[in-house]
Amino acid sequence: MGWPLAVSAGLMERSSRALVAALWPLAAGHLLAMLLVILPFGLLIALVEWQRQIQVGAGLLVIGFGIFRLVDRRHPRALARVRPTQLGLWSFAVAIAHGAGLMLVPIYLGLCRQADLDKAHEAAGILINANLAMAVVVSVVHATAMIAAGGCLAWLVYRYLGLKFLSRSWFNLDTSWAASLIVVGAIALALSLAD
Amino acid sequence: MTMRPDPTFHASPKLAMEAPPESFAYTLLLSPDFSKPDALAVIDVKPGSPTFSQIVHTVTMPNKGDEFHHFGWNACSSALWPLAGHAFVERRYLIIPGIRSSRIYVVDTQPDPAKAKIHKIIEPEEILKKTGYSRPHTVHCGPEGIYVSTLGGGGKDGTDGPPGVFIMDCETFDVLGRWEIDRGPQTLHYDFWWNLPRDYMVTSEWGLPPQFENGIVPEDLLSNKYGHRIHFWDLRARRNVQTIDLGANHQMALEVRPAHDPVREHGFLGVVVDTTNLEGSIWTWWREGGKFHIEKTATIPPEPAPKDRLPPLLQGFGAVPPLVTDIDLSMDDKFLYVSCWGTGEMRQYDVTDPKKPKLAGSVHIGGIVRRTPHPNGKSYAGGPQMVEISRDGRRVYWTNSLYSTWDNQFYPEGMPGAEVMANANPNGGLELSKDYWVSFPDGYRAHQIRLEGGDCSTDSFCYPSV
Repeated sequence: MGWPLAVSAGLMERSSRALVAALWPLAAGHLLAMLLVILPFGLLIALVEWQRQIQVGAGLLVIGFGIFRLVDRRHPRALARVRPTQLGLWSFAVAIAHGAGLMLVPIYLGLCRQADLDKAHEAAGILINANLAMAVVVSVVHATAMIAAGGCLAWLVYRYLGLKFLSRSWFNLDTSWAASLIVVGAIALALSLAD
Repeated sequence: MTMRPDPTFHASPKLAMEAPPESFAYTLLLSPDFSKPDALAVIDVKPGSPTFSQIVHTVTMPNKGDEFHHFGWNACSSALWPLAGHAFVERRYLIIPGIRSSRIYVVDTQPDPAKAKIHKIIEPEEILKKTGYSRPHTVHCGPEGIYVSTLGGGGKDGTDGPPGVFIMDCETFDVLGRWEIDRGPQTLHYDFWWNLPRDYMVTSEWGLPPQFENGIVPEDLLSNKYGHRIHFWDLRARRNVQTIDLGANHQMALEVRPAHDPVREHGFLGVVVDTTNLEGSIWTWWREGGKFHIEKTATIPPEPAPKDRLPPLLQGFGAVPPLVTDIDLSMDDKFLYVSCWGTGEMRQYDVTDPKKPKLAGSVHIGGIVRRTPHPNGKSYAGGPQMVEISRDGRRVYWTNSLYSTWDNQFYPEGMPGAEVMANANPNGGLELSKDYWVSFPDGYRAHQIRLEGGDCSTDSFCYPSV
C-alpha cells in the first residue's frame, strides 16, 4: 500500500534515494498496524481452554469488519488529514482502516493452533512468549513482502514505466478486499467450529 | 464508484496536456436584473461539429436572483494521490454557487453532458447554519473533499463574522463545516488554491458584501478599503502561517494561480487597480527557506481618454484603468493570461522566469473606450474577463461579464453575454478565432467557463511533470 507515494517522493526530489527513503516509513507504519492488532490475540491465545471461543470471535470480527468495509463507502476524510510528510502515520492509519492487520489474525491463530495443541501442558508464560514471537514473525513477513512488492512497482514506475502506468494500473479493489476479509473470516470460523 | 480511476484524472500536468482535447465548455449564465433564473450553458467546442460554438443544452435553475459567478468540479486529478485516499471518485458533478443567494446547485453532467441535470440543491440556510459563512465563491476539489471559499459571514449583509472556506463531501455533497482552525489576521476573502504535496494554501481578498453587492463603492476604493493582502496557510493544520500586505493602494487582490507542477513553489496573483496611478499589476509569490515572499513583477498602465467617452464613475480620472480582473496560468506553467477588463485586452505573458513576466502576445476586444469588435465583425460589449485555457494550452476561452452591478457601472450601455476563443501559439502569440462566437439567450450575461475533463484552473497535481 502507498507505493505511489514513494514514486511521488522520488520524482519530487528527482532522486531514487528519496523513493527508497519513503519506503521505510511506509513499511514501519504498516508493520506497527499489524502488530497492534495481532499482539493482543497472541496474549489471549494463552488462555488455552478458551481457544475455540477466541478463534470463533476472531472469525466473526473479521467477517464483521469485511461487511463494514462493504457498506461504508464514505470519503475517508480522516485519512486525508495526515500530512504528506507523515508517511509512517499514513501507512499505519490506512492499514488499520482497511483491516490489513485483522486479515492476518485468522492465519496467525491457525499457525498458533498447531503449536498449542502439543504444548497445552506448558506454562502459560512460555506459551505467551512463543505466541508473541510468532505474532512478530507473521507481521514482519507480511510487511516485508508488501513493501518489497510495492517498492519494486514504485521503482519500475519511477525508472521505466512512467506516471501513466499509475492511473492505468490502479484498480478499485475495495469490494474484493472487503469480500476477501469476509471469506478469510468465514474459513477461520468454519475450521474452528469443525475441530 | 468505478473500477478504474476516472480517465480525466492525470498524475502530472504533462499527462493532462497530452490527454484528448475538450468537447464541451460549461458556462454560467446570469440574469443581471434577476428577472429570470440563472442557468448553466453546455457549449459544443468540438472542431468540425455542426453545432460548434453553439449552446447544445441549458440547465435552468428553479430560483431567481442566485447570481452565478464561479464554479467547479466535485473531483479532479488530485484524487490520484494516495493521501487523498479516494481514487475512484468521478469527475461528474459541477458545484455551482449562487454568490448573491448563497444557494449551491450540484449539476450531474453524466452520462451525456448535453443532458446535464440538477442533482441536488443546498439551501442558503443550511450553509449558514453549518459554517457561519455566506456568498460562496471559488470551488476546488482536494484531499478532504470539496473546498468552497466564501465572501461573507453571517447576518443579512454578510458582515457578522469573517468569511472563509468550508468543506463539502465530494459524493454526498453534505456541508461538513468550516475549514479554518486559526485564521490569524484574515478578515476578507476571495480566491484560494494550493500546492498539495507541499501542504500549503494561498488565499486572497476582494471585499465584504456591502462593498460589492450594490456596485463598487468609489469612496471605499479611494480610501483603500478593499482587500490588499495575501494569506498563506498550513493546509493540513488549517492555520494561517503568514499574511503579506501588498500595500493599501493595491486594491482587490483577486485570482490566485499557483504553478501546476508541484515541484515549483511559486504562483501568481492579479491586482485589479493601484489607486495611486490606476495601474493593474501581476505579482509573483514564492516560498524560500520556509517563508513566503511576494513581489510586483508586471504592471499594466491605464489609457488616457476624453471625459465624455467615460462612464460617470471614471470621468474624474480622465483615463481607463486596465482593471486586471482575472488571470490564468497554462498547464505547463509557461504562459500567464491576464484579462484587462477595462481597456479591453487579453494579455499573454511568458512566465518561464516567474519573476520576469515577458509580454508574448495580446488581443484587443471590447473595452470601455476602445470598443474593439470581434474579427467576425460583431460588437463585443464589456472586456475580456473570466478566462479559461485548454489543457493542451492551444485554446484560450473567455467571457465578458464581471459582476452584475459592476458591469452596469463600467459599461452602462449594456452588456449582452459573449464568449470567444483565441488560438495560442505554443511559442507565444495569441489570435482570436474567427469562427468561435457563442450567442447567448437575450437578457443573459456569461461568467466562468469550465472545460469538460478539467482545465487550467481546476486540476491540482501531486506528481511532477518529468
